[in-house]
Amino acid sequence: MEIDFQGSLQTGFFTSRMDKMLGWARKYSIFQYPFVTACCGMEYMSTASSHYDIDRFGAGLPRFSPRQADVLFVVGTISQKLAPVLVQIYEQMCAPKWVVAFGVCTCTGGFYDNYATVTGIDHIVPVDIYIPGCPPRPETVLEGLMLLQTKMQNQKQEL
Amino acid sequence: MEATITLQKIQENFENDVIEIHRRFQQDTAVIASSSLLQVATFLKEDPELQYNYLMDLTAVDYWKRKPRFEVVYHFLSVANSFRLRLKVPVAEPEPKVDTLTTLWPGANWYEREVYDMFGIQFTGHPDLRRILLYPEFEGHPLRKDYPIKRRQPLIGPKH
Amino acid sequence: MFLNVGPAHPATHGVIQIQTELDGEIVRKADIQIGYLHRAFEKHCEESTYTQCFPYTDRLNYVSPLISNFGFAAAVETLMDLKVPERCNYIRVILSEISRLTDHLTCIGASAMELGAFSVFLYMVKAREWLYELIESVTGARLTISYGRVGGVKADLPEGFETECRAALKKTREVLKEVDELLTGNRIFYDRMRGVGVISAEEAIAYGITGPFLRSTGEAYDVRKAFPYFVYDRFEFDVPVGEHGDNYSRYLVRMEEMQQSIRIIEQALDGLPEGPTNVDPEGKIIEPDVMADLGKFGKTSGLLKNEVLIPPTLQGSEKRYHDRVAAPSKEASLPAKEQVYSNIEALMNHFKIIMLGHGLRPPEGEVYFPVEGANGELGFYIVSDGTDRPWRVRCHPPCFPIMAALGSILEGDQMADIVPTFGSVNMIAGELDR
Repeated sequence: MEIDFQGSLQTGFFTSRMDKMLGWARKYSIFQYPFVTACCGMEYMSTASSHYDIDRFGAGLPRFSPRQADVLFVVGTISQKLAPVLVQIYEQMCAPKWVVAFGVCTCTGGFYDNYATVTGIDHIVPVDIYIPGCPPRPETVLEGLMLLQTKMQNQKQEL
Repeated sequence: MEATITLQKIQENFENDVIEIHRRFQQDTAVIASSSLLQVATFLKEDPELQYNYLMDLTAVDYWKRKPRFEVVYHFLSVANSFRLRLKVPVAEPEPKVDTLTTLWPGANWYEREVYDMFGIQFTGHPDLRRILLYPEFEGHPLRKDYPIKRRQPLIGPKH
Repeated sequence: MFLNVGPAHPATHGVIQIQTELDGEIVRKADIQIGYLHRAFEKHCEESTYTQCFPYTDRLNYVSPLISNFGFAAAVETLMDLKVPERCNYIRVILSEISRLTDHLTCIGASAMELGAFSVFLYMVKAREWLYELIESVTGARLTISYGRVGGVKADLPEGFETECRAALKKTREVLKEVDELLTGNRIFYDRMRGVGVISAEEAIAYGITGPFLRSTGEAYDVRKAFPYFVYDRFEFDVPVGEHGDNYSRYLVRMEEMQQSIRIIEQALDGLPEGPTNVDPEGKIIEPDVMADLGKFGKTSGLLKNEVLIPPTLQGSEKRYHDRVAAPSKEASLPAKEQVYSNIEALMNHFKIIMLGHGLRPPEGEVYFPVEGANGELGFYIVSDGTDRPWRVRCHPPCFPIMAALGSILEGDQMADIVPTFGSVNMIAGELDR
């Protein structure tokens, strides 16, 4: 999250307005790639459905190809066997891209600290937003999504 | 302890191979020698009075300090008679191996792969014995009692 | 041509890899790789006490977690020869059937979504939300509830549960009717599901398949009828049986099973026994620290007759309801919190059950307890060595043999048929890979 003071002093008005506009556009049109593995998937399905609607945030359409998505929702425990697949998917996404660690298994491993799990996906991909909970309630997910939107808005936008 | 019909028939037909027979918590258990596994299983499946048509479960237990170390446990079910039976086959430590039941029940294929993956017990005659729950680069058999739960062998990423 | 329907695929629910050899559109061979969600459930259970295993069992079949909870609890109770109070059995039946409803709703909703019927998915999840609200009012959580305990359940049903439950079931029935009208006679749905993914009864039995998958082939085996547990023998319900063993039969069997589950819940609510209620004659309520202080200062007259104010997370397990939901056993059930705060015997009992090294110690032995999970026979095989941690816990997952058979089911079908067939298997990766 950088606020470009130098830039706005030098080139001034246009860059900061462009940044704000791009940030606004990006945050309200999130194309998510839901990488769903485990129990958190059920809460993801609840969040995406009519009760706790994620569509009103502009994030309603999941794109099922990593080339077409910009936010990677990693939902559920990642095992050691699956980790190379996750990294491959992350690398296939085009910039700008963000990663949301959904559920405590992806944040820190949860209570699955054993030979078969990756304790936290930040060991293998860079993470922007952590949503803890086992599984997190849909309201928590929506708050995480709003934090992601704030982050997208305030970031220095690259073209 | 009243002997149910299953235990009686096993006792009659396989006297030399039976190591132990008991009924506890209303569940029949028979411990037999590993050399007689195929014959007992065929008998259970084909006998007209018993008709154990289901192989419900196939797993193993590691009794660490006891000899023989492993025990492969089979659960059978007869739908027609509503009988259940647990069959246990003790398997000794260096190179543990047991006959496969895939010729009688094709469902045993994946169960045996899982037991091989988790315990390292070989199944002679199995068509395709390879790891099923873990990746091929994994070394060791995690459900054995001497494998520590936190020993990771990551394909990528740090190991701690 | 070799095509990999890989672990991250939009239309597969759960992480599975299907390596197919295609000849044009026809699948010649399908090799299924599982294990992408192996989380070492069995190894974790070996180093946890019996009560600490319950959260791990929740996450096995995460769409119907209550059934796994109660299956594990019942297995340990068989080992310890505990008699659970009757009301508790009724509560277990009601919640198991609600869990079965959530499982079938998710299965049909997700498989319909894969075929393009997105509204059906939204309707099913809407109905599931009502059931989640019910479960939340009883257990405190929507999905991973850890509600079962050895010897009973954690807490009693809240006030007004019966009215809310009946209202939710009425609305669920309407949703099921709507979905029936949308899907059952639908030309597209019928053409995609009929005659696809066929399995015969002999093949299903040879693989060891149980549950709706088996019943759609014509063989009527249901653990609730064959080996009744809890109080299922007191209820009248039918076991729906299909004819052709294809995807469409499985869909019909699941829809009908949901109707039967609603029937069971309504009968259970009608017959729910009250159970003993222990109420103190002078029910004055004070805070626990105030009670401890009074005791320390020696002002103990009448202290035992006071009821202690316990925190809201323990609602439902107060002294009043304690005998309804916990077995009358000193070795297994925690005493009521009011007793623990007020007298030393209950405190020592509590200590002996909770502390590591003491705790719930079943006698040495082994037991296999089968319950009817949403996918089939869910069995727990527990080997106990007399200490407070199990020596071996094995969960027999109902979808494991189905996935083993899937390779041969897919042979001969077309590539696009993999999606509805896999949807009707209702594979839950948490249970399959444990």
